[in-house]
This record gives sequence, C-alpha cells and structure tokens, in this order.
Amino acid sequence: MPIQILMPALSPTMTEGKLADWKKREGDPVAAGDVLCEIETDKATMEVEAVDEGVLGRIVVPGGTDNVAVNSVIALLLEEGEDAGALENLDVPALVKAAPVSVGESALPTPVNGQITDSVTRAAPTGAQGERVFASPLARRMASQNGLDLSRIDGSGPRGRVVRRDVEKALAEGTGRATAPAETSAAASSAPAPAAKAPTAADPVFALMPEFEALPNTNMRKTIATRLTESARDVPHFNVSVDVDLDALLALRTQLNDREGADYKLSVNDFIVKATALTLVKVPEANVAYTDDAILRFKRVDISVAVAVKGGLITPILKDAASKGLATLSAETRALAEKARAGKLQPEEYQGGTFTISNMGMFGVRSFNSILNPPQGGILSVGAGERRPVVKAGALGIATVMTLTLAVDHRCIDGATAARFVQDLKRLIEDPIGLML
Amino acid sequence: MGGTKFDLIVIGGGPGGYVAAIRAAQLGMRVGLVEREHLGGICLNWGCIPTKALLRSAEVYDHMKHAADFGLIARDFGFDLPKVVERSRKVAAQLSGGVKHLLKKNKVAVFDGHGALDGKGGVAVAGGPTLTAPHVVIATGARARHLPGLEPDGRFVWSYREALVPDIHPKRLLVIGSGAIGIEFASFFNSLGSEVTVAEVLPRVLPFEDEEISALAHKAFEKKGMTIRVGTRVAELRKGADEVVAVLDAGGETSEIIVDRVIAAVGVVPNVEDIGLEAAGVTLTDRGFIRVDGWLRASTEGIYAIGDVVGPPCLAHKASHEGVICVERIAGASDVHPLDADRIPACTYCRPQVASVGLSEARARERGRAVRVGRFPFLGNGKAIALGEPEGMVKTVFDADTGELLGAHMIGAEVTELIQGYGIAKSLETTEAELMHTVFPHPTLSEMMHESVLDAHGRAIHF
Ligand SMILES: Cc1cc2nc3c(=O)[nH]c(=O)nc-3n(C[C@H](O)[C@H](O)[C@H](O)COP(=O)(O)OP(=O)(O)OC[C@H]3O[C@@H](n4cnc5c(N)ncnc54)[C@H](O)[C@@H]3O)c2cc1C
Repeated sequence: MPIQILMPALSPTMTEGKLADWKKREGDPVAAGDVLCEIETDKATMEVEAVDEGVLGRIVVPGGTDNVAVNSVIALLLEEGEDAGALENLDVPALVKAAPVSVGESALPTPVNGQITDSVTRAAPTGAQGERVFASPLARRMASQNGLDLSRIDGSGPRGRVVRRDVEKALAEGTGRATAPAETSAAASSAPAPAAKAPTAADPVFALMPEFEALPNTNMRKTIATRLTESARDVPHFNVSVDVDLDALLALRTQLNDREGADYKLSVNDFIVKATALTLVKVPEANVAYTDDAILRFKRVDISVAVAVKGGLITPILKDAASKGLATLSAETRALAEKARAGKLQPEEYQGGTFTISNMGMFGVRSFNSILNPPQGGILSVGAGERRPVVKAGALGIATVMTLTLAVDHRCIDGATAARFVQDLKRLIEDPIGLML
Repeated sequence: MGGTKFDLIVIGGGPGGYVAAIRAAQLGMRVGLVEREHLGGICLNWGCIPTKALLRSAEVYDHMKHAADFGLIARDFGFDLPKVVERSRKVAAQLSGGVKHLLKKNKVAVFDGHGALDGKGGVAVAGGPTLTAPHVVIATGARARHLPGLEPDGRFVWSYREALVPDIHPKRLLVIGSGAIGIEFASFFNSLGSEVTVAEVLPRVLPFEDEEISALAHKAFEKKGMTIRVGTRVAELRKGADEVVAVLDAGGETSEIIVDRVIAAVGVVPNVEDIGLEAAGVTLTDRGFIRVDGWLRASTEGIYAIGDVVGPPCLAHKASHEGVICVERIAGASDVHPLDADRIPACTYCRPQVASVGLSEARARERGRAVRVGRFPFLGNGKAIALGEPEGMVKTVFDADTGELLGAHMIGAEVTELIQGYGIAKSLETTEAELMHTVFPHPTLSEMMHESVLDAHGRAIHF
C-alpha cells in the first residue's frame, strides 16, 4: 500500500495552506530528508521533507494550489519494491475523504479513469449547518454553554479535532461566536462582536466604481486583516508621543561605526531597539499582556520588529534584546529581515514577542500611530529623524529630532505608566552612553 | 555503524533517553545515544522494575499467609531473601538487554561512556570519540538525595540502591520519607515481617495524593502493622556496633527508636554535574533542574532536556513522553503539544496500591473550580469481594459546570492497572456523560470506576 503524504500543519493553529511548489516530480526517487515540496502559510514559506523513502508515485495536489486542508493527502509514495500498479486501484478521493479533517464533499477532486481532474482540495468547513465537526465532548459542551459555533473554531487536537484549549482560546479572543450581536439584542452589548464583514468583489457598491483588478488575498493578507481588525476593535488603544533629540546618539553612532576594524554598521534603529529593550526592563509594567484573569508580566524582553515584505508585513523577534549588545542586535536584525523577505522565517522566529517596534523613519514619516500586535501590550512607532528648530536654553537652535509614539493596551497599561516609559526612553536616547553600560 | 556525525544525540539511556532515541530514529533521524552505566536507566535497573519484582514476591507471600481464607492449605512456607533479590536482578537484566536490542533494531548508535557537552556544539564521550549533531537531548536523570547525617554509610543507612540488594533482612527498619519510593520499601519489608516505622515530615503519608486517599492509606498501613509517624523529622542517627538509635522530632517533642537499618527516601537530585552545562550556557531552575520550555528546549539553542533532570514529577512515563514530544517537535511533526501535567498518572505499588491522575479535590477547589465528587468503596464491588480484597475506594472529581473529569484517585487492589481508564477519558476530554454511557464488564474492579462517576451525580446503583 503506498504511503500517504499528508498536508502538514506547520504551526499549531494552521488549518490550511498553499501548496506552493513541488520539488520532486512523479517517478523521482525520494530519500528521507529530501525536500518534497514548499508550503506557504500565512506567514512564511517552508520546505516539507520526506520522512519515508521510496518513489514519488503520484502528486495528488499540484503545485500552486491554495487552501489545502491540513492532513489531506497531497501525494502518494511508493515503498521499495512497490510498482506503480499499486496506485491503479487506489481511490484517491476516498483517501482524501478518509483524511480526518472534514473536507467539503462537493469540492472533492473527481476521478476520471483514476486520473485526478479537479486539482483543488477545499478547506475545512466554514460554518455551514449540518457539517460534521470533530470535537471532544468537553469542547462541545463548553462551546454550547458559551454560545460558540464549533465550526468556527480552529481545532488543534489530533487531526484538527477541536479540544478544550481551542474553546478556551476562542473564549479569550472573543472569536467563534455562533450568532451576530444584532440577533442577540440585549446580550449583545456584553458579547464581543464578530469580525466586521468586508464586502465581496461582487457587491453592487463596486458596480458604481471604476473598473478594477481583483488581487486575491494571500494567507498573510488574511491574517493581517483578522488580527488587526480584532485588535483595533477589541483593544482600547491610546497613544503617547515624545520628541527626542538625536544629536548625541548620532555622534555616538558615528564614533562606533568609525572605529578601526568595526565589522558592524549600526543603524539608528539598532539604537532605538536597544534603548526600548532597556527601558522595558526598567519599566516592566510595560512589558505585559492582558488576559481575563491576570496581567502577564514577562520576565524577558523579546522585541518584535515590523518588516515590510512582499504582500504585507511580518514581525520577526529579537529575543532577550535587553541583554544583547548593539552589534549583535544589529546583525540579528539584518539576518531576520533578510529571512523575512525571503519568506524563510520559522514560526518560532516570528511568534511570541512581548513588544513591537515599527519604524517608518526611512520613508520620511514624521509621526504615526500603530495598531497593537495582540496579545502584546505596547507598540512603538518611530518617525524620521529630521532637522527641526528647537528652543534650547531659551534660544532658538537646530537639532535632529525624532518623534516616538507609544500605543498601549489600556486594559493593562495606564497613562502614568505609558508616560513614564516614554520619559525614560527619551532620557536614554538623549544620553545614549547609558546604552553602552 | 561508524561515524560521529548525527542528526540527534541523546545523553543518558533511561526511559527518557532511549525512548527519545527510538522515536527520533523512527522519524528518520540518524541518532547517537551515550550511556555510561546501564541501558534502561534507573527505571529498569534500580527503580520501577526491580522494586515491582520485589513487591510481587511480597504479594505472593501475603497471599500464602492468607491461604486459609481461601480454603487452601499452605504449610512450611517462608521466604529466602537472597532468592527474592536474585529474581528482581534477573528481571532487571532481562529488560535492560531488551532495550539494547530495541536500540539496535532502530539503528541507534550506542556509545558506552560518560557524555558531556563540549561547549562547541559537540558531545564528548569519555574515552571515546567526540560526536556532533545539531540537536542534543540531555536525559541524565536523577539520583537519591542525601540529607546531612542521613547519607548512605555502607552499613546502616541505605538509599534505594542498597535497599534493592539488602545484605541482611532487617528485623527493625526505619524508612525516612513517605513518598512512593519510601512507602514501597516500607510495604515490602513489612510484608516480609520486619517491624517498620515510617517517618514523614509533612502532616500526611503519600503527601502528593488526595487527602482522603492519604488518610485511608495511613489506616491501611497501620492495620498491616507499620508504625506511621507523620509531622516527624529524623533529628539524629546514633550508630552503635549493631544497631542505630534514631532520634525523632515531632514538632519539638522528641523520642527515640532502635532499628537495624534505615532507608533514606527523601527525594532525588538531578544529574547536572560534569556534563558541560556551564560551558554550553545551559541554565538551571532555582531548584537545580535544567530549565526548559514546554517543548523541552533548554536555554541554549539546539540543546534539550527531558525526564528527571528537568524536574518533578520524577516518573518514567513522564520522561518517555517528554522524549517523544521533544523529538517530534524537532522533526516538525504535526499535532505535537506540550505535556499537560494534569494528565500524568502516578502509581504507588504498595499494598494496598494507590493510583491517581489529575487534580486532587483540594487542588481543584484551590483553582477555583466548583466540584462534584464521587466515591465508591471496594466493599460495594462484587469482584473485590470475590478476590478477598474488600478495602479501598475510587474517588472522582468533576468540574460541576462543564462536567470535565478533573481528577481520579484510587486506593485498593490492582488500582495501578485501572487508572489508565481515566487517563484515556482525560485525553479524549470526555465529560461525565460518556463515562456513564460506557459499558463496564461485570464482574470487574473497573465497575467501581463507573459507580464513582455515577455517585458524583447522585446516581450510584450499588451503594
Ligand atoms: C526505587 C525507585 C522506584 C521507582 N519506581 C517508579 C515507578 O514505579 N514508576 C515510575 O514511573 N517511576 C519510578 N521511579 C522513577 C523512575 O525511575 C525515573 O523517573 C526514571 O528512571 C527517569 O528516567 P530518565 O530517563 O529521566 O532518567 P534515568 O532513568 O535516571 O536515566 C538516566 C541515565 O543516564 C545515564 N547518565 C547519566 N549521566 C550520564 C552521562 N553524563 N553520560 C552518559 N550517561 C549518563 C545514567 O547512567 C542513566 O542510565 C522509581 C525510582 C526509584 C529510585
């Protein structure tokens, strides 16, 4: 019996992904560890390696297929000694159906003389009534007690089964609601609202608008849309800005970069990252996440840095940034940004930061507000350093000034804390020798 | 199997290490395993298995003593301690040989010798080659903790190692510590007729079990003739020529007892010395165990740790399970999740046996859960009566709001073989409803598991 190669889950929450490209062709010999294909998730492109050896007998899901459900059969591998005849009698759609994530019936590929004609395996159920959702008894009961629709909850259990932790997560995040708030009248005010629905391209509203080209949403785009909608809607944001005088920092930077034998080139951003990390150590009340039961105060500062990539943005993480030197931070930032642009970040490289920095200084932006990156409690928006008139010692002068704007989650960070944070940060940047200590 | 380059190296061949090695090999990795003393670790050689072999002898002997209750005649019976020990050693040796075979079958390269991180990403085997791999799993286990004044002395004071191969049959024995290890030895020597005293600092025996179970165990042990002293510290051991005077301190009130041997079973300490942790930058917890995250990753990239060396519960099945999680995560397998401590069963093979999984009633309440508790006594179970084992209880703790099975606690005959039924229930996340719908075969001890669930909801049939 040929070995089924299943669509892997590259992260605990992944339910579907794009099968970007096959690296092996039908008939190619495969050794354990060989790269079989590349899979694109919402955040990255990852290579799938073979676990078993044999000959790639049949590719079931061709390269370039979107929304391939986790655990559906994507290829069949012939074991040593097995010949292609073993594939003849296999009912591939049956295999796909047997793959435990419930795959929409109608969208199954149809066999014609054993050949697959329809290449698209559809994703898991999207909430239609009557579809079978795999869930543990406890998850079912908790969902019904809390008015959640199981088919709207991503399952992280075996083969995508919805288990307790998924329901708890949905409750914490306010997702998976069964009914829209409008229908629940009085209860609606206390229940979190579902994601605001965007119109489809077929909506009549677009008929009145100029002709357009529809660029399909990538997985990354969809993730950005849901996460930021949730954040902007559910997290009470407020912003605090300060202007900082950069001249001392710029002088220090020149001095460090000009040192003989320097094998680094520090950017202003590297200094801002370091200063932010140190300030978070000093003001741990700002290195937090809000949960219903408690404010989680993190014992380490892991800085997410927003990196623009083709089709969106991603936030790789500088782990334990406070205890790293400027040169290390600089090198790591560069390496992570390169990996991000190449779509090669591993999940642990972009999941789990405690605070985000977004820098638009290079675009000449003076100041801006960011939307929080949940569940983090704070995000710092960095503007351009520009020559501005300033009043120093009662006289008008010129200095290089940058505007920093901190956005925080008011549920876990109050105004006084936010103010103290930006004050300490300003002090550190304006007297940057503190960064070297 | 030449070569020193691997995909993964495991240091330590106990139930954590050898299981991790086999699972990694199954996932297609080239695996090297370094073991300095004995494949199978403490568990197979000096822990779980040889103690169970001893306890089996004690159990058969107990049955012989009660032969008349069953209408049987047993005359002139007794025990031969060296033979009992010999059997225990043979069982251990047989299983250790089995592990060697399994590793070979899975093409794991085994290196004999002490392994240590060399701080440059490799593992140096003493008197052997230096191995390299991108992933190194530390599974060096733990050893008996020695309290000052209570260290094994080659004569009067035993740790579990000496107690497993006793040089004499002690007429009078003091066991310090009433965790699983202490209680199992106390139970063994008690069955063989020793006068056993157990001293426990905490206010109850088997202090990690549900309070009600501790109380029942306490009574059962006393009934078997043990002396149980809870809230009692061993202040001093005065060693004479042939015996030891132990000074016991119960909250300031001191007393003395005279014994032939003392077993110190006061916990374990991790094997973290001389394995290059510092050079590799691997950090420890306040209690000295290797610090790891839910994926068993240590503080240094590419280094992982599993089993006793990362801390309690120090149990073989926990070590093995961590090994599997660790390497599956490394291999990028899907559906891998951090270990949920509430799903690790714990068993003590004394007589009567004790087994549990999940939260005790008190812990569940501490976590703010509204609970429903069910109890069912062995006395109400037909099979228990037929077996002549009428003592014991099955207790279940449910979340009153969701019906989640939070914990199960049992004491009585064969409960160590029963607990896994509740373990499966917890893994599958059943509520009380599925447990009630399950058909339990009659007559079995397992029917008590059903009845306990029914009792939690006011529906027990046979009590
Ligand atoms: C008397 C007793 C009874 C027990 N009964 C039970 C029971 O009934 N059920 C249960 O679940 N648990 C029981 N345990 C606990 C169980 O034995 C341990 O939890 C288990 O062995 C831990 O497995 P491990 O792989 O982490 O470590 P270990 O089993 O301790 O294995 C570690 C191995 O690493 C080797 N090693 C250490 N350092 C190095 C090095 N530097 N280089 C090379 N090799 C090294 C050691 O030689 C050892 O073989 C008992 C323990 C004792 C002492």
